[in-house]
Amino acid sequence: MANTAFIYDAVRTPRGKGKKDGSLHEVKPVDLLAGLLNGLRDRHNLDTSKVDDVIMGCVTPIGEQGSCIAKTALLKAGWDERVAGFQLDRFCASGLEAVNLAAQKVASGWEDLVVAGGVECMSRVPMGSNGGAWGEDPQTAFDSAFVPQGVGADLIATLAGFSREDVDAFALHSQQKAAAARDAGYFDKSVMAVKDDNGVTILERDEFIKPDSSLEGLARLKASFEFHGSLGYDDIALSKYPQVVKINHIHTPGNSSGIVDGASAVLIGSEKIGVELGLKARGRIVATAVTSTEPTIMLTGPAPATWKVLEKAGMSIDDIDLFEVNEAFASVVMRFQKETGVPSEKINVNGGSIAMGHPLGATGAMLVGTCLDELERRNLRFGLITLCVGGGMGIATIIERV
Amino acid sequence: MSGTFNYVKDSNNIVTVTMDMSGPVNAMNDEYIELMSATIERLEAERADIAGVILTSAKSSFFAGGDIKNMLKAVPGVDEPALFAQAESIKGMLRRLEKLGKPVVAAINGAALGGGYEICLACHYRVALNSPAVLIGLPEVSLGLLPGGGGVVRLVSKMGVEKAIMPLLEGTRFKADKAAAFGLVEELATDTDDMMAKAQAWILANPEAANPWDIKGFKIPGGDLRKPNIAQMIQGAVPMLAQKTKGLMPAPAKILDVIANTLRVDFDTALRIESRALTSLVTTPQAKNMMTFFLQMNQVNGGGSRPKDIAKSKVKKVGILGAGMMGQGIAYVSALAGMDVVLKDISQDAADKGKAYTEKLLNKALERGRMTEDKKAGILGRITASVDAKDLQGCDLIIEAVFESVDLKHAMTKELEPLLAEGGVWGSNTSTLPITLLAEASAKPENFIGIHFFSPVDKMPLVEIIVGDKTSPETLAKAFDYAQQIKKTPIVVNDSRGFFTSRVFGTFVDEGAVLIEEGVEPVLIENLAKLVGMPVGPLAVHDEVSQQLTTKIVATNRELNERLGDDMNVDTATGRMSKIFVEEYKRNGKAYEGGYYDYAADGSKAIWPTIRERFVKPEIELPNLDIKERILFRQVVESVRCLEEGVLKSVADGNIGSIMGIGFPPYTGGVFQYINTYGVQKFADRAAELSALYGERFTPPALLLEKAAAGEQFV
Repeated sequence: MANTAFIYDAVRTPRGKGKKDGSLHEVKPVDLLAGLLNGLRDRHNLDTSKVDDVIMGCVTPIGEQGSCIAKTALLKAGWDERVAGFQLDRFCASGLEAVNLAAQKVASGWEDLVVAGGVECMSRVPMGSNGGAWGEDPQTAFDSAFVPQGVGADLIATLAGFSREDVDAFALHSQQKAAAARDAGYFDKSVMAVKDDNGVTILERDEFIKPDSSLEGLARLKASFEFHGSLGYDDIALSKYPQVVKINHIHTPGNSSGIVDGASAVLIGSEKIGVELGLKARGRIVATAVTSTEPTIMLTGPAPATWKVLEKAGMSIDDIDLFEVNEAFASVVMRFQKETGVPSEKINVNGGSIAMGHPLGATGAMLVGTCLDELERRNLRFGLITLCVGGGMGIATIIERV
Repeated sequence: MSGTFNYVKDSNNIVTVTMDMSGPVNAMNDEYIELMSATIERLEAERADIAGVILTSAKSSFFAGGDIKNMLKAVPGVDEPALFAQAESIKGMLRRLEKLGKPVVAAINGAALGGGYEICLACHYRVALNSPAVLIGLPEVSLGLLPGGGGVVRLVSKMGVEKAIMPLLEGTRFKADKAAAFGLVEELATDTDDMMAKAQAWILANPEAANPWDIKGFKIPGGDLRKPNIAQMIQGAVPMLAQKTKGLMPAPAKILDVIANTLRVDFDTALRIESRALTSLVTTPQAKNMMTFFLQMNQVNGGGSRPKDIAKSKVKKVGILGAGMMGQGIAYVSALAGMDVVLKDISQDAADKGKAYTEKLLNKALERGRMTEDKKAGILGRITASVDAKDLQGCDLIIEAVFESVDLKHAMTKELEPLLAEGGVWGSNTSTLPITLLAEASAKPENFIGIHFFSPVDKMPLVEIIVGDKTSPETLAKAFDYAQQIKKTPIVVNDSRGFFTSRVFGTFVDEGAVLIEEGVEPVLIENLAKLVGMPVGPLAVHDEVSQQLTTKIVATNRELNERLGDDMNVDTATGRMSKIFVEEYKRNGKAYEGGYYDYAADGSKAIWPTIRERFVKPEIELPNLDIKERILFRQVVESVRCLEEGVLKSVADGNIGSIMGIGFPPYTGGVFQYINTYGVQKFADRAAELSALYGERFTPPALLLEKAAAGEQFV
């Protein structure tokens, strides 16, 4: 590798409940992102003309999130007009893909300083509202055996024999870890309050976490994907998994990732630019990987992506101190653990998307920050971030605290 | 606190809440919050025993709106959280009122503007008295603010964006009948009893009233941003506003933003966004300037510069000498105000032409439905076009609007002054000649005064009253009252060469000429002037005034210097440029062969190419900011001199006169408020800097330096 891609900082907004009564519903995506970019700028007194590019993941890039929101947010934020911006979509991997791509730009030596992150205001631009051929074009859906991902999550659980109680217990644990971490201030370093034009705070901390969750309460929730399955999607899935008698629909809003609004930004650059701007490196990107797996079950990518990135880095799974495995659904993380043998103590130690929510395009880069913060807090060295991704894809990134 | 919201329940269990606050009007201040909050708590507590609520006022107006003096005190960077909290608390109460679960009717007995109409919008039904005292609308934009009591969100939700957008962006005030036709009120009433009866009837007929946005399945009439034509309309409003505001006024843009948010998010979220938007505007310099302007307008129109202890007078018969452009306009506004008018010229034909101007304007109003045949006949009937001096007999006021010649004006005064009624006033509509000099021909110089109109008289809202050395306070009071009779805003200045408005306006035109002499590209001069907020560039303005006239004014000023022993500078860039235009090129102005511009038959204009060949020096590169500031500073420094010399008697007159008379940008709040906003010391320093760079005309006058040193503002 020509250059080391250093992480100079990683920031995010708090995650707001992604409904009309959520605190961030009133904030436009462009303002949410612009505010965060300026928070990052001000924290480092950053000369924005030194930034080559700003890459932002966004999974529903239409309407007010459309038309290259990365550049639009730069204009709104008033950054130097020489800074370029682009928006990418790799489904739920978008935020981490942005980080990986930024790292590759810097590592190649072709760019020096890049901001990578994502934005998703799910209360304002609903998930899925941008359509797409996979689910909506009948011939494509037929030919590729498309099934909504929640059904895939239930299939994962069925195949692995996870019960409703198992996934609810996982969810409860996520809530408890997240609440404890938030209350102990573990997120304070990365979370920048969202403020209005007047400097009045709109939201200061994650608001989706439900510290009062209980197994009883979780058990009362209705399964979310039973209806979808009954429409015929279960049969499509079973045509690929004939060994299964019946899909056990156990995922509910309580043990799936929450719908939230949020944005993230990671400052990645070369050693040289760090010296020039007086930035202190917090970490470095060690390696990145993407892969893809069987698309109908869709959510089994994290383990293969993890093996791939470890191989690229020449590392073993035991070298990794902390894992962030996106909690798209409880079964996704549980399967990852089963496949890799990573102990629970190393995975999502401060909770995950089940408790805090999953702002689709922003999450990957948020997890980089969460992982780096915790490596610093625990004085550990290596972290691995991985997410399951639409289409069967998986993505993984290894970072090192420096 | 001595005010009350009087709470009376009748035999039908209808509660009438009569707002009667301690001040002269009901207004949105701390007292309101206390009274309204107590009222709502009581209504909620007694809800089960209430059939409905009528909200009305004990004052002659319904409700006056926001507390401007208090808002002016808001400190940027400090008071925002409190302002936001207050906006939220005010609208929180209104939200509770409209969700009471019982019908609430606004019985609008007088003006309900701004906050007043926002209260009405939170009711379920509105009955207004069909009286001239009733004015309805959301004029906050004219104060650099926005309706932050739910006005933007509710108006858009009530009538749809296509209808709501213009009254919000323009701050339109509606008379009762127009408000009803537009849908701002649901019903009109002939008198108070009728109003209360209609309100009661509606309550009894609608026991379960709720506002549409609180009913499940509510959709904004005409659609929201998901509808392509609505999205396009909002998008299209941006360039339209930008063209109008040049980015100098933040309020219209914020209003549009709140409108767009209303079309995207739910009602309650939109209300919160509206509070934030209002908060962000309150502390802007533009809002402070426009609110200050509003208060100073009240000061000026309230008679701040009128002698106090003289009874109000009314002109019944006015004589106008000269039926040219100015005379015919003065005749029109006077006849419109109900006066008998004698419009005299030296030929019947000229006098008739002058009267025909009124007919033309009335016909236009007729076409637009703003005039009836009857009224038109009445107004025209009041104007006598005449050549006969005898017709002037018994005028309370004679306004002379003849050619700018001391001798001619003297002759007219000598000949016609005796025809004035006992105690009648002689007014001269001169823009250049000293009133004291003109009054020398008068037998009663104490009754002699300058009444300077602006062209076109029917549109320009200002009158500059010039007090000569011998003018009496009674005469000033009468001229002031006449100006108000014709619905103009009068400012009062002391006699001096060019008075206030012409003198300052002259510096604007002159700075354009100086920049040309320096070799600056004319298009740049014109565009920078407009970008800094002047309605028209100085070169185009010079063409309008005409090079012919400015040449004559220079000659007149030279004569006056000799006659009076004055040393007014007559070697100005305006004079030099005019001379070149008129003598070398025979270009006398827009109305003639053209001036700085060539004027095409289709109404378009282009810089006359010779300007570039002869004057522009490509190597000259002045900073744009310098050019912009020279254009404003020149006028402001001259205004300070006017104040220093006693030509202006009050800061308010200067601010109002500069905006309404010479087009100084409204966002500045006027020439003196511009200094306050700039920072008095900072302005003085910058003036000194411009003086060093570009000439002594920018040298800070002593008064400016004194104010800066004392840390005082121009108030």
